Amino acid sequence: MTSTLLIEQLLNGLQFGVMLFLMAAGLTLVFGVMGLINLAHGALYMVGAFACATVATATGSFWIGIVASLIAAAFAGTLVEMLVIRRLYKRDHLDQVLATFALILIFSEGTRWVFGSFPLYLNVPEILAGPITLPGGLQYPMYRFALIVIGFLVAIGLYLLISKTRLGVRIRAGESDREMIAALGIDIRMLYTVVFALGAALAGFAGALVGAIQSVQVGMGEPVLILAFVVIVIGGIGSIKGALIGAILVGVVDTMGRFLLPAAFKLFMENSAATSVGSALASMLIYILMAIILVVKPRGLFPANG
Amino acid sequence: MCLAGAATAEPVKVGMITTLTGGGSGLGIDVRDGFMLAVKQAGNKDLEVVIEDDARKPDLAVQIADKMIQSEKVDILTGIIWSNLAMAVVPSTVAQGKFYISPNAGPSALAGKGCNANYFNAAFQNDNLHEGMGAYATKAGFKKSFIMAPNYPAGKDALTGYKRFYKGDLAGEVYTKLGQKDYAAEIAQIRASGADSVFVFLPGGMGIAFMKQYAQSGVDVPVMGPAFSFDQGILKAVGPTAVGVKNSSHWSKDLDNAANKAFVESFQAEYGRLPSLYAVQGFDTANLILSAMGKASVKDADAFRAALKAGDIASPRGSFKFGNNQHPIQTIYVREVIKEGDVYTNKIVGAALENHQDAYASDCKM
Repeated sequence: MTSTLLIEQLLNGLQFGVMLFLMAAGLTLVFGVMGLINLAHGALYMVGAFACATVATATGSFWIGIVASLIAAAFAGTLVEMLVIRRLYKRDHLDQVLATFALILIFSEGTRWVFGSFPLYLNVPEILAGPITLPGGLQYPMYRFALIVIGFLVAIGLYLLISKTRLGVRIRAGESDREMIAALGIDIRMLYTVVFALGAALAGFAGALVGAIQSVQVGMGEPVLILAFVVIVIGGIGSIKGALIGAILVGVVDTMGRFLLPAAFKLFMENSAATSVGSALASMLIYILMAIILVVKPRGLFPANG
Repeated sequence: MCLAGAATAEPVKVGMITTLTGGGSGLGIDVRDGFMLAVKQAGNKDLEVVIEDDARKPDLAVQIADKMIQSEKVDILTGIIWSNLAMAVVPSTVAQGKFYISPNAGPSALAGKGCNANYFNAAFQNDNLHEGMGAYATKAGFKKSFIMAPNYPAGKDALTGYKRFYKGDLAGEVYTKLGQKDYAAEIAQIRASGADSVFVFLPGGMGIAFMKQYAQSGVDVPVMGPAFSFDQGILKAVGPTAVGVKNSSHWSKDLDNAANKAFVESFQAEYGRLPSLYAVQGFDTANLILSAMGKASVKDADAFRAALKAGDIASPRGSFKFGNNQHPIQTIYVREVIKEGDVYTNKIVGAALENHQDAYASDCKM
């Protein structure tokens, strides 16, 4: 095993992690600020990917597609918040889960109705296609490298938004004490809609970015949603910092597990048995990680409200 | 209505259980459309078809099968795409004396010791296409293959099938999570392994994701795989990144025979898209039923079975015949992905295995 392979896998883990962060950030904000469990977050990821694929195909520009994904997902998020979610804040979590699960079905079948069952075509832009050579002679896909950079830029942007702006102050206040901020004359309904739309836009952005290297199809959001929930539980619900660290932890552990575990089992097992035991265990690894972290820190690594 | 043969007066009711919604529904839709094209072309008023969606769920497929057999009184069941669903439905269907004709799934358990007189497979045994790719790799002189499939029964069958006919060494053997969409970790392993060829069995969205990521990685080891990953429905989404990939199939759009030309043309005219191998399998399944109806009454199970087994159809695949285990003996071709005008499609490169029979047939006592 060479060190370049190890470094390449670390970069892969990092890239997977920052994309999970885009999903998890919205999810954790919505849960932290509004106390809402939103299963339909994955549907917004899908909306972003479909908007990007459609617009990119029509205009021939990936970048216009990205803008479209942000707008479409934020718009869908706003609409969903005003029509459905708004009625759920005071209800218990079971009602929220049921209603947002229904939203998943509506979004999935609606998308199939409009776009059909076959996957859509979306490829990375010309300028980011192909590999780049990193110091040390390592070849790495340029697009994935760009994703890592974009992910960290978004993380910095969110940090500045939450800690330095008036909107950020309101979001933090909304997390700590909902009644008090309403009593101080802040339009809490407006704040909720804005936070939900922001989360939706981030999910749609992630869907478009990841759709270009994976596949744009109905139901693409749900597997990511599960991982995003794992991330926010590990990171501490409501915490953006927790979501970033949790996402990178999950991304790196999952990627390294998939590649190191089968190799480790090969040291003392026959080849094909080692491969299947190793890969089976690797797919459980992040859940094992989550269980261990919850035993040690039941509220996650960085719980939002102390 | 004027009937041509004396035995055709008996109406036949076919129940089709296939995947029309959710993941993988593109396959079921193609099977259905191919099947209904043949039914429409035949115009036989004695054939009635009921279609239901299994949403790729085994429990739902079993429920529908029970309903179709008990309350709708179908004579023949067909349509199932996935091997795990087929294993849940087929054994009890044939045990109740009904016919089952598979338009896709061909699990090894139903081809060897578990073969049954009432079970026909009009598509393939699951290993066939992988065996074809293995034979091609040996012929092409590859010495170090990196092989990869999802960690589930059909994935293991795929790699076993490839290894059965591939004589070189392995640079690596990897099982991925079923439904995995990110292959960065695996591609890094391919890069580091020094392989001279890569064989992947990644059907549906998994294959799309892999091909796109592979193209961007800068690794230039040739990729090959069974037709499932390079099928007409998928090529649209994979686009230019798949051009040049070799894949194995029992059918191709450019096979030179009259039945195929007519089929491709009429399918395009009817549905406005190119047919896939799944559409061919559905088309052949319907024609098998229609040909048997012309020769025997479905109420006379022995005669009907013999008529089915004769395989008396003009298949777009060219020659078509059943082996002793009632799975096809057919030629497996190697195709290459090309761009034809604005459309990505396949063209035949050559035959990998001529008149190939599956490895399990000898275990079948029929």
